[in-house]
Amino acid sequence: MAKKTKKTSEPELSTAGKSDHLLQMYRQMLAIRFFEERVNDLYTRAIMPGLAHLYIGEEAIAVGICSALRSDDYITSTHRGHGHCLAKGASPDRMFAELLGKEAGYCRGKGGSMHIADPATGNLGANAIVGGSAGIATGAAFSAKRLGNGRVAVCFFGEGALGQGVLYETMNLAQLWKLPVIYVCENNTYNEYTHYSETTAGDVLARPRAFGIFAERVDGQDVRAVYVAAKSVVDKARNGDGPAFLLCDTYRYRGHHVGDVSREYYRSKQEEQKWVSERDPIKFFGDWLIAEKHADTAQLQKISAEVASNIDAAVQFAMAAPFPETREVQQDVYA
Amino acid sequence: MSTPEMKTVMEAPASQRELTLGEAIKEALAEEMRRDPRVLILGEDVAEAGTVFKVLSGLSTEFGTDRVIDTPISEAGFTGLAVGAAMTGLRPVVDIMFGDFIALVMDQMANQAAKVHYMSGGKWKVPLVMRTTLGASRRSAAQHSQSLHAWFSHVPGLKVVLPSTPYDAKGLLKSAIRDDNPVVFFEDKMMYRLKGTVPTEEYTIPLGVADVKRSGDDITLVATSSMVQVALAAAKMLEDIGISAEVIDPRTTWPLDEETLIESVKKTSRAIVVDEGYARYGVTAEIASVIAEGAFHYLDQPVKRIGAMHVPIPFSPPLEDATVPTEQMVFEAARSLCRRS
Repeated sequence: MAKKTKKTSEPELSTAGKSDHLLQMYRQMLAIRFFEERVNDLYTRAIMPGLAHLYIGEEAIAVGICSALRSDDYITSTHRGHGHCLAKGASPDRMFAELLGKEAGYCRGKGGSMHIADPATGNLGANAIVGGSAGIATGAAFSAKRLGNGRVAVCFFGEGALGQGVLYETMNLAQLWKLPVIYVCENNTYNEYTHYSETTAGDVLARPRAFGIFAERVDGQDVRAVYVAAKSVVDKARNGDGPAFLLCDTYRYRGHHVGDVSREYYRSKQEEQKWVSERDPIKFFGDWLIAEKHADTAQLQKISAEVASNIDAAVQFAMAAPFPETREVQQDVYA
Repeated sequence: MSTPEMKTVMEAPASQRELTLGEAIKEALAEEMRRDPRVLILGEDVAEAGTVFKVLSGLSTEFGTDRVIDTPISEAGFTGLAVGAAMTGLRPVVDIMFGDFIALVMDQMANQAAKVHYMSGGKWKVPLVMRTTLGASRRSAAQHSQSLHAWFSHVPGLKVVLPSTPYDAKGLLKSAIRDDNPVVFFEDKMMYRLKGTVPTEEYTIPLGVADVKRSGDDITLVATSSMVQVALAAAKMLEDIGISAEVIDPRTTWPLDEETLIESVKKTSRAIVVDEGYARYGVTAEIASVIAEGAFHYLDQPVKRIGAMHVPIPFSPPLEDATVPTEQMVFEAARSLCRRS
């Protein structure tokens, strides 16, 4: 009681024996970063149809949250969803195949970048309607409670979704019925091309708290902090304590989508550079791993090389994979 | 869970009784809830109140309020929740009190429920039923009187059911609940007290099969929901002047039993489509087009459409009544198509 506990993020993750878990998180963050850089490359070279919304800069959130989940727990993702899907266990080769519209993709090419779904990893689907998956995630938590299977659902959304009414309708339901759902708000600072301060009145945390939902602000660039916060609320939700809301501060390094390259009209290069050089989640975590002797530089370089090679192979796989047969266009409209 | 095979009984069986359409709907829900513990009901005032129309009265007594669940007045929220619940092992039936309120749930139905299966490459399924209402003439004005079933019929991935009799309502609703797709079930609120014979033994009616409500040779009247009663009344009037009308109820606007419609018109050479939705860009337009394409060389006259007047539904009784198709309108149109005076 009198004795103060250590800083929130330390006890869980600095203990010996956790190195494997830590390095796995590092590996996943790198995989997302490299994946997204290749997406940008494929888009720039006009190999990828359509467009994509990159998660670069926000990797610590997906990885920190999903590291606290069981493989059969549910997530819903967003239009900026590659990171969530990879962190929940999706394989980069089938992800790239989906992004290229190939039959080997997670959705046989029918979903594309914004709709990766995979029952095997509990991924209920990425959603291209802002706030569109609040109902689905809350409903999955409703099923989990009803069926007593101990699962938890995580609803990822950006701060742009704070403007959508359905989010508050479902948070009300979740707290009324004590559903095991975690609302993870990734505040990457920009609603598309508009700073969130121009769209968001009042105190964001006061919104879930008005429903009586536990809500906490988390440094979204610190994967350890995200993991610790997630572990706590996920465990509580699993034990029947109901929903929680995590507000993760982060920054979208790139444009709203891959084609948004001239951004000076809504934010400065200096601002971008400041986040990249001072607040990069991967560098921050890598430095900490070395400082705390969970790894040395050579080990991290080895991980980086392995991840890069995996991503290369995944791109190769997707490029070589065939498109679906045209006759598939009318398949799976109805179950 | 085991799913016992149910036989489809299309003919009137030995034992039957009179039920109202509302009672038939409640019986379908009760039977499916007894049969399958995954089925549950969500909506505003569905439990002890049994809905504003009292259609569900008593269900919460048998099944408890954790299967007949009162929700906040959050149509988008609880419908969205039901989509997620349907994807993850339950079979929710959501109740949207007035069909006008579907405007509030459009994203959940059209962008989420309808597309989940396709977008996921066939991996996730959404076995969800949305029950809602249609129909004017309750003096409820512009936001409680519309017939908006065409909206959902326009969206691939959804099925849309419009029962016109207690027998059809029960059999179609049981099929809708067992269907692995999102199904929207429109009930005409003026028909809840309509009586009809319903067998005591179990039966289902497949979605996508039209029913010939009356046979005839001179003209085909295609009608949906309460307009089936209007068409049948018009057919009786036509009979008095020597015109034999066939009345066909598609029962589902999607899937649509095009073959039955086309075959009937090939026989009669004339067709009128009657539906309480707006005619413009509506169900009557689609069905008329199906008939025109499928039976063009058999038609003696252009296909005639009769739908709601293209105005917001007014409150004042004489004004409201002027917006809804009547048997007299159908009679006059049929007489004109058959060139009788």
